[in-house]
Amino acid sequence: MAEMLSGGEMLIRALHDVGVEYVFGYPGGAALHIYDAIFKQQAVEHVLVRHEQAATHMADGYARSTGEPGVVLVTSGPGATNAITGLATAYMDSIPLVVISGQVPHDVIGTDAFQETDMIGVSRPVVKHSYMIQEAEQLPHVVKEAVYIATSGRRGPVVIDIPKDTTDPNNLFEYHIPDKIELRSYKPAERGHYGQVKRATKALLESKRPVIYAGGGVIQGDAAGELTTLARRLNYPVTNTLMGLGAFPGSDQQFLGMLGMHGTYEANNAMHHADMILAVGARFDDRVTNNPEKFCPDATVIHVDVDPASISKVIAADIPIVGQCKAVLSQILDCLDEEMQTNGVDREAVGAWWNQVNTWRGNHGLDHNLYQQESASGKLLPQQVVQMVYQATKGEAFVTSDVGQHQMFAAQYYKFDEPRKWVNSGGLGTMGFGLPSAMGVQFAHPHATVVCITGEGSFMMNMQELSTCSQYSLPIKIVNLNNQALGMVKQWQDMQYGGRHSHSTYADSLPDFVSLIRSFGHVGIRAESLQELNEAVELAFSDKHAMDLVFIDAIIDPDEHIYPMFVKGGAVNDMVLKKHA
Amino acid sequence: MRHLLSVLLENEAGALSRVVGLFAQRDFNIETLTVAPTEDETLSRLTLVTIGDDRKIEQITKHLNRLIEVVKVIDLTDNVHIERELMLVKVRAETDSRAEVKRTCDIFRGQIVDVTPNTYTIQLVGPTEKLLAFIEAIGSTKIMEVVRSGVSGISRGTKVLSV
Ligand SMILES: Cc1ncc(C[n+]2csc(CCOP(=O)(O)OP(=O)(O)O)c2C)c(N)n1
Ligand SMILES: [Mg+2]
Repeated sequence: MAEMLSGGEMLIRALHDVGVEYVFGYPGGAALHIYDAIFKQQAVEHVLVRHEQAATHMADGYARSTGEPGVVLVTSGPGATNAITGLATAYMDSIPLVVISGQVPHDVIGTDAFQETDMIGVSRPVVKHSYMIQEAEQLPHVVKEAVYIATSGRRGPVVIDIPKDTTDPNNLFEYHIPDKIELRSYKPAERGHYGQVKRATKALLESKRPVIYAGGGVIQGDAAGELTTLARRLNYPVTNTLMGLGAFPGSDQQFLGMLGMHGTYEANNAMHHADMILAVGARFDDRVTNNPEKFCPDATVIHVDVDPASISKVIAADIPIVGQCKAVLSQILDCLDEEMQTNGVDREAVGAWWNQVNTWRGNHGLDHNLYQQESASGKLLPQQVVQMVYQATKGEAFVTSDVGQHQMFAAQYYKFDEPRKWVNSGGLGTMGFGLPSAMGVQFAHPHATVVCITGEGSFMMNMQELSTCSQYSLPIKIVNLNNQALGMVKQWQDMQYGGRHSHSTYADSLPDFVSLIRSFGHVGIRAESLQELNEAVELAFSDKHAMDLVFIDAIIDPDEHIYPMFVKGGAVNDMVLKKHA
Repeated sequence: MRHLLSVLLENEAGALSRVVGLFAQRDFNIETLTVAPTEDETLSRLTLVTIGDDRKIEQITKHLNRLIEVVKVIDLTDNVHIERELMLVKVRAETDSRAEVKRTCDIFRGQIVDVTPNTYTIQLVGPTEKLLAFIEAIGSTKIMEVVRSGVSGISRGTKVLSV
C-alpha cells in the first residue's frame, strides 16, 4: 500500500523525489503547514533567507551554476510579491526555477482575505508556466511537471501556488508520483531540421569573414563543449554575449571578448564586417545589435535557438534552425565531417580576416596589464581590481555580479574559460542580484571559490543576506567596487545630460562598509591604493580566510567610465573608446 | 493585414487569461475573440482576429505556441476558409418604420427573434462585412443595442485542426 501523507508532506517528498537538495525560503501563515512538514524530515534542506527576493536570486545562482532547477518557498501576499523580481530576472535569462507560494485557503480566495494576492495573475507575464493547486492529490504530479517544464526547451521559472487547505496535516492521501511527464500541448524542440543544418554547414564553409556569436543559450543548453569543438575545427573568431561568457574559453586567442554595448572593439568590428554570422543561443538583444537597421549589413545570418520566437524577432535569419543548441551543434559537426571531404574552409580568406581582426585587437583592445602599475591619478581603477582578482583566483572562480559599471568591468576583465562560472542578471539587469546569487552558487559548490564583484549601490539592495551568510557559514568573497555613486547612471548623465548628476550620488551618507561587515561577524578590509589592494586580495584568498566571508571595500576612482560604449542609434562598431573622445 | 487565428487550447482554468495576457504584454492587438469547448471537452477552440504585418503575425503565432496550454495554432487566412459571426441587434420599430425594418432584415436574411410594440430584436449570421453592412442599412438612428459574438472560423475542405 502506498504511504499516506498530508499535502505538505507530499510536496516535500515530491521535491526530494525529483532531486531537489535545497529550498530557499521564508515562512508565513499560508505556508506554515508546509514548514511543519519540512521540520519533520531531513531529505530536503531548507535555507532561511532574510528577504524573499534574495531567496529567488539564491535559487537562481544555484540553477545557473549547476543546470539544476532552483527551488523557492514563500508565503502568500507580501512573500509572494517579494519573489516577483527574482522571477522576472530568471524569466529574462531563461533560468529554471520552481517558486512555491503559499496561498490563502480556497474558501476565502477572492474575498481580499488577509495576505491574499493573486499570485498567478501577478506573476503571469514573468513565468514560463504556473499552477494553482485545486486538490492536494495533484501536488506530486504538479511538482514533477513543473520541474520538467522549467528545465526543458527554453528554460524558465514556474510558479506553484498552494492554497493552505491543500496542505492541511489532518488530510492524508496516498502518495504517487509519475515516472515520466508527457504533455500533448508541450513538445520542446530537440534536433534541428536536417536540410537547414546542411545549408548552414555549407554557408559556414563558404564564408570569407566568419564570426561565431554565442549567447546564454549555449550555457543553459550545456552546449559549450560542442561550440568550442566547432569553433576550433573551423578556426573562426568567436564572440560571446554578456550571458554567454564561458561558452568559449575566454583566455583563448580565438576569442574576441564580449560584444555589444560595452563589448570589445575587435568583437564589434568583426561582427559589423562579417559576411556570415553563426548565432547560437543568442537573441539579438538591443544591447547587442545597437540600431537593428544598421546591424551587420553584409552578413548571412544562421540562427540556432531552441525557441522559435527568438528567431527573426529582431534580425531576420537567413538560415533559421530550431533545436537544442547542443543537438544542433552536434548535427553541424557531423555534417561538417561529410562536407569537408570535398569542401574545406577558405584558408586564405579566413587568414586575411584574422589579420584584420588582429589589427583591430592590436589598436584598441583591452589592456589586461593595468594592475601592474598605479594609474596616472594614483587612484584605484576598477579594471585593476578585477584583474587582480582574476590573477588571485587563477581565473577559476565562480564570479557573480550586480548591475552597473562594476558588472561591465567584471565581464570585460575576468576571463571565463568554462561555462556556468559567470553568473549575472543580463536580461533584467537586477541590482541586488550579486550577493544572493553568490550564496546560491556557494551552496551548490561548497568547496569552490565564489566571488561577488559588486558596486556599493547594488550591494545595499540585498545586504541583509550577510546575516544568512553567517547562519550558514558561507565563505563568499565580496569585492565592492566602491565609486560612491550609482556609477552607470552617473556615466550616462555625464555623456547625455551635460554632467547633471540627478540623484546618482550619495558619497556623504554611505556606511562604513568594513564596520558593517564586521558587525555580521565577517571579515572586512578597505583598500584605497594599489598596494593596499594587493594585500587585501592576497589576504582574502589566503588559506587563513578560506572559511570566512571576506569583503574588500575597494575605493575606486569615482570618475572612471566604462568603455568601449555604443554610440546610440549607430551600428555595432560605432563606439566611444575613451572619455571625451 | 487582418488575420484570423484559430487556437486549440487545453480547457483548463487560467489558460484563456494567459492568451489574453500575452496580447496585452507584447502589444499585439485583438479585434475579436471567441472561445468555447470543442466536441472533446478537454479542449477549447479559440478564434481571434488580429491585425499586423507578416512579421507581427509570425511573432504572435510563435508566442501563442510557446504557451504551455496551447496545443495548436493555425492562421485560417492562409487558406480558403469560412468565417461567421453572430449579431443580435435591437432596433426601434415603431408603426411607420416597422415594415421597412422587416424588409431590410429579410434582404439580409436576418431573423426577428423578439418583438415588442416599439422594437424588433434581429439575429443575423454571416461574415463581419455583412453584419456591418446591415448596421449601415438600418441606420444609426434606429439602432438601440448591438451585441456581436466575434468571429468563428473553420477551414474549407477536408483540412481540420485537431490534436
Ligand atoms: C533594481 C534596479 N534599480 C535601478 C536600476 C538602474 N541602474 C542601473 S546601474 C545603476 C547604478 C548601479 O550602482 P552601483 O551598484 O554602485 O554600480 P556602479 O555603476 O557604480 O558600478 C542603476 C541605478 C537597476 N538596474 N536595477
Ligand atoms: Mg557604485
